[in-house]
Amino acid sequence: MAEKMTGAEMVIQALTDQGVEHIFGYPGGAALPIYDAMFQQDFVKHILVRHEQGATHMAEGYARSTGKPGVVLVTSGPGATNAVTGLTDALLDSIPLVCITAQVPTTLIGTDAFQECDTVGITRSCTKHNYLVKSIEDLPRILHEAFLIATTGRPGPVVIDIPKDIQFAVGEYFRPEAETLRHQSYRPQVDGDLAAIETAIDLMLKAERPIFYTGGGVINAGPEASENLRELAELTGFPVTSTLMGLGAFPASNPQWMGMLGMHGTYEANMAMHDCDVMINIGARFDDRITGRIDAFSPNSTKIHVDIDPASINKVVQVHVPIIGDCNRVLEEMIRIWRSRTNAPRTEAIAGWWTQIQKWRDVGSLNFKNSDTVIKPQWAIQRLYEATRKQSKEVFITTEVGQHQMWAAQHFHFDQPNHWMTSGGLGTMGYGLPAAVGVQVAHPDALVIDIAGEASVQMTMQELSTAVQYRLPVKIFILNNERMGMVRQWQDLLHGSRYAHSYSESLPDFVKLAEAYGAKGIKCDTPAELDAAIADMLDHDGPVLFDVLVEKDENCLPMIPSGKPHNEIILPDTANIGDIIDEKGRQLV
Amino acid sequence: MNAHLQPTGSAYFLTQETQLSERHTLSVLVDNEPGILARVVGLFSARGFNIESLTVSETEHDKRLSRITVVVIATPKVLVQIKAQLERLVPVHRVHDLTAEGAYLERELALIKVNGTGDHRAETLRLADAFRAQIVDATVESFVFEVTGKPSKIDSFIALMQPLGLVEVVRTGLAAINRGPEGM
Ligand SMILES: Cc1ncc(C[n+]2csc(CCOP(=O)(O)OP(=O)(O)O)c2C)c(N)n1
Ligand SMILES: [Mg+2]
Repeated sequence: MAEKMTGAEMVIQALTDQGVEHIFGYPGGAALPIYDAMFQQDFVKHILVRHEQGATHMAEGYARSTGKPGVVLVTSGPGATNAVTGLTDALLDSIPLVCITAQVPTTLIGTDAFQECDTVGITRSCTKHNYLVKSIEDLPRILHEAFLIATTGRPGPVVIDIPKDIQFAVGEYFRPEAETLRHQSYRPQVDGDLAAIETAIDLMLKAERPIFYTGGGVINAGPEASENLRELAELTGFPVTSTLMGLGAFPASNPQWMGMLGMHGTYEANMAMHDCDVMINIGARFDDRITGRIDAFSPNSTKIHVDIDPASINKVVQVHVPIIGDCNRVLEEMIRIWRSRTNAPRTEAIAGWWTQIQKWRDVGSLNFKNSDTVIKPQWAIQRLYEATRKQSKEVFITTEVGQHQMWAAQHFHFDQPNHWMTSGGLGTMGYGLPAAVGVQVAHPDALVIDIAGEASVQMTMQELSTAVQYRLPVKIFILNNERMGMVRQWQDLLHGSRYAHSYSESLPDFVKLAEAYGAKGIKCDTPAELDAAIADMLDHDGPVLFDVLVEKDENCLPMIPSGKPHNEIILPDTANIGDIIDEKGRQLV
Repeated sequence: MNAHLQPTGSAYFLTQETQLSERHTLSVLVDNEPGILARVVGLFSARGFNIESLTVSETEHDKRLSRITVVVIATPKVLVQIKAQLERLVPVHRVHDLTAEGAYLERELALIKVNGTGDHRAETLRLADAFRAQIVDATVESFVFEVTGKPSKIDSFIALMQPLGLVEVVRTGLAAINRGPEGM
């Protein structure tokens, strides 16, 4: 049923029809009609951020923890440009976002009007798709199509740029049938090719050294995909490793779990990837942080790759059995076909493989030397993990970017999907605090913790003010090493320990800073007091900024340095990491 | 075994490309909507693919469809990526690699301005006739020829005009279509 309304009202109506309860935004001249329309209803609740980048990361946290799209509303010009980092982050990590940007009136476009920027031009390469709405007739279709495109296929961010005169214009609102939207040119393939899936199962049935290499695609395919992954792993008896983005899809408490793989992955996961005979990649994309040196990447394996994005297939690594489709559908088929062939896992056939894996596990690649005088960052995360396990609340973890992020991935363990939010592809410092705010908006009763670095957290610190305003009790757990630790580590590794600008000098007093924002501040620098301080943080009913002063020069290990194959991983007992990389390796990132 | 499989543009591992580049003509069916050309061209520049020639025009007005003919020079592996990346664009309906899919026709049109008097003028006309170039403008000291054909034919004609007083050339870029009864 068509109904007459203004463009601004259509925006709110479409959000309502899409079931969007929360949007993250910041007003400005060009967006005012939409803000006015929002003011006159109460289904769509608006979270006022402090910087538009914060809005995008909040929407990402919201999306990743719920499986629903995150929605952002910003004004023209600087509002739109401030959103670019989060859009790019969402593109690289395949997070469904719909970002509405206001634009100057159509009559002023191209005149360098006040707060005009070429938003569709700027965001073309950092969105899955974007629109400039030039006529009110197009608006209802575009609004709904944006949600379809953001959430289906390989999810991603979509921008809708709406000029101010279109927001005022009156037109007919309707909710288009999903099938009428882009039915010709946009048809993501969700069902995997049956013959290919059968070939994959044939290979798996003959495998002697198999491994599941899973990624964020399993999480994007919904909670059933994680259930099915568990079932397939159980049916086959194969070991499972995952990328940073896929953590939680397979339970860390399961004995078949190998830990994360890649640059800072476990020894056993990386060695098993190197030596396997059948690799089953489900929803991962052979990122360079995973493969290391391509010509030495898993040299003797037959590779199966399940991905919903045809462009991910054979982009980096040539695979033997490509399967284009939704991870969940393909996993379901795999289970069905496996069951039709056998009733037993390949326990005996792969017993030797598991013996080998046990030897690698015994190396203890995540071990570190603890101390009673200074808090080790790994230990701080272990204590935090133990403390949260005793909580009755659901626990969500976000991170910033750096060493603390990798330590969190190594030492905090996830048994469920959608509970771990981190910036993987773009590696955006400043992601974690706003992402935590977004998660908390979606899960008001949960315990949401941002495991942070003192440098990263300052990039979007002001969102603490948002947390205070909306009484969102997020906990910011800062592993403060007074350094951009990851940068310092690379300078040790590659640049003769010349620490060019990697110190965090003149740091704020985080306790006072928290108090200035109206939050609680805690500081701890003694191992013996850490547990009590963590309890204090968890008990506080409100946002907390917890400054944990940790060992300053700890290296994040294990590490596969740039240009090295998986089996040349640096283990924790390496004394001097500065001697490992040759001249050629120094050029790499 | 992966030695021949190098990432297209990873800064992680710098290696020499070992595959040889080939020239391929792609036909891309797209929705004719604002910004579509920018999307296609932006994709090529963002991912470091090279465009040799590009032609765009609306071909089915009722359905608002355009056909983009794009000539690329790339290794087989990169060609697969180009096709997959193009297909990923929301307004792109289909991408056909005409070179890979069998027999097809290629045509291009050029307008060529040649100045000349006396003997040169007569020679110019003789050659134009041999190439079936049409005179579309003439003065006592100049001609503008219209010539259509395969790019190689146009290349040869231009080369011949060079010593005879060639002033300038405009080319449309390639239009290409597969042979036989099947449509795209
Ligand atoms: C926006 C942004 N700028 C720069 C970088 C490069 N970078 C990666 S890690 C890092 C240091 C992070 O320091 P901190 O947050 O203190 O974490 P730590 O490594 O010390 O745990 C930097 C500068 C980045 N990832 N993101
Ligand atoms: Mg730090």
